[in-house]
Amino acid sequence: MVAVPSDTALASGTDEAPRSLAQRIWTPIRRNPTIFAGALLLTILVSLAILAPWISPDPLKQNTINRLRPPSEKFWFGTDQFGRDNFARTLHGARVSLIVGITVAAISAVIGLALGILCGYFRRVDAIVMRIMDGIMAIPSILLAIALITLTRPGLGIVIVAIVIPEVPRVVRVVRSVVLSIRAQPYIESAIAGGTKGFKLLVRHILPNTLAPLIVQATFICAAGMLIEAGLSFLGAGVPLEIPSWGNIIAQGRSFFLRAPWCIFIPGAFLALTVLAVNLLGDGLRDRLDPRLARRM
Amino acid sequence: MSDAPSLEVRDLVKHFPIHSGLLQRRTGAVKAVDGVSFAIRRGETLGLVGESGCGKSTVGKTVLKLIEPTAGRILLDGEDVTTLSPGRMWHHRRRIQTVFQDPYSSMNPRLKVGTIVGEPLENFGIASGKEKDELVAKLLQRVGMRPDAMNRFTHEFSGGQRQRLGIAKALAVNPDVIVADEPVSALDVSVQAQVLNLMIDLQDEYKLAYLFISHDLAVMRHISHRIAVMYLGRIVELTDKRTLFSLPMHPYTEALLSAAPVPDPSKKKARRVIVQGDVPSPAKPPPGCHFHTRCPYALPKCKVEVPPLIEVAPGHHVACLRRPVGASPESLTTTA
Repeated sequence: MVAVPSDTALASGTDEAPRSLAQRIWTPIRRNPTIFAGALLLTILVSLAILAPWISPDPLKQNTINRLRPPSEKFWFGTDQFGRDNFARTLHGARVSLIVGITVAAISAVIGLALGILCGYFRRVDAIVMRIMDGIMAIPSILLAIALITLTRPGLGIVIVAIVIPEVPRVVRVVRSVVLSIRAQPYIESAIAGGTKGFKLLVRHILPNTLAPLIVQATFICAAGMLIEAGLSFLGAGVPLEIPSWGNIIAQGRSFFLRAPWCIFIPGAFLALTVLAVNLLGDGLRDRLDPRLARRM
Repeated sequence: MSDAPSLEVRDLVKHFPIHSGLLQRRTGAVKAVDGVSFAIRRGETLGLVGESGCGKSTVGKTVLKLIEPTAGRILLDGEDVTTLSPGRMWHHRRRIQTVFQDPYSSMNPRLKVGTIVGEPLENFGIASGKEKDELVAKLLQRVGMRPDAMNRFTHEFSGGQRQRLGIAKALAVNPDVIVADEPVSALDVSVQAQVLNLMIDLQDEYKLAYLFISHDLAVMRHISHRIAVMYLGRIVELTDKRTLFSLPMHPYTEALLSAAPVPDPSKKKARRVIVQGDVPSPAKPPPGCHFHTRCPYALPKCKVEVPPLIEVAPGHHVACLRRPVGASPESLTTTA
């Protein structure tokens, strides 16, 4: 080894001993209980949604003898006014909610990231794009969705588009503000002084730092998307009635609320649980994705 | 290489516009740097000292072309880079590198040390892949770090170690000039000395020219060959280290020196100059000599005339109206 000045610079961090399998699984859970709780809950919900056709009866099968039955051994979540099994309907409803939530979050994150970086990086684009975003944000999302659905045929796709449009500006704002604050960081100047330029500066130094806030924002949008979808379906402007979604189930159960509260409470509880799971995961991931925060926890 | 200084700055001006009102009209300017000239030769350290807000960091950033100068000229090895666009400036960045003030925020927290230190090598096509790693390992050893540091994140290191990493990064492309903006002010005194000594060793080895920005006179005394004292965007005195500390000519330099703590308090200081008041705002600098509002020896003409930076003795430049050519410091008190 080359002779080096003998000072504290030689001291390096503690060496980590190789860990057993159990430790490798247990340690991250202990460090990030929120991620674990959110992920576990979400995994259960997603697997229920995927397995719905195999583990539950047909959600559309009517059985008029068993109308508005309370939860029992045969009908776990009771039945609705047509005698349809609420357990099957709730599980199938999870598919709609999760598809809408995840798709909305993914599409708005991608569009919002691209526009946000453009705005934060190119000051001239910023003035124009941000004014357009302000305009879009002024449109109430429910009204926009109703307008879009009256103009076209109702369906899952149009619901997703209707929810994405007003959510994009929120992502753009977050990403833009992060890009602006990162641009002012000394390490960006340091990188420029070191000859880093253009695309590389963007991808290596700016983009990774926008991901953590983007993921947090995407989880909020995923949750908001599911809630808006339920709201739209409840108003009859969302997913067509023949597809069971939590909003639809609640809307139909509304008239029988006093006689059969389970028609509203159970899908409502599932909706709340899913939103909670997504938000827990998002919060946990945000902390985990920052290497400085991650070490401390 | 020519005889031209590694870095020369002539009449550098940087004004930051102030916009206010509903229409965001330009209503004024912060005169951060207001006509600064100096030159640094190969292997020489020019210290730039002054209070916070006097424009020393702005000089550093402007010289690096991280911000565009309002006026004046910047010459690297005699080549004018003042008006180069960012794209064209890129070709010259190899020659002028920087060590930043804050070792905590001047490195991307998401990148490993090897990536950060090796990035300039990659950028300028000097080395990549394994070759780059080998060069990075050598650089790390040269600044007193273990080569395996390259697989770690910067937050795993102490301030002094991080500053070494910053120096390694600056050295990577073999520059002529390094702008060091308060490189040790965030460090403990004992670590400061280690980093300063490393910088001095590297300077001897590679004949580097340093523009060393600091507010700390003790640090300046340790590393600088010549020192420029700045006040409100202007250089008020520029001379070699020994002269500055023994025979300061500008009243501001005197005040600055007398305000610095002495290691041995039993040794009495020759003269204590206490300056009253605060630094005026650089958005509204006083007319004439910027220092006249606080100067204990101010004359009526100081409020009107801008004192030019005059060479009063070989290599000793002072910007004070009370200093005729060849004046000795004692004449100050006798004429007062």
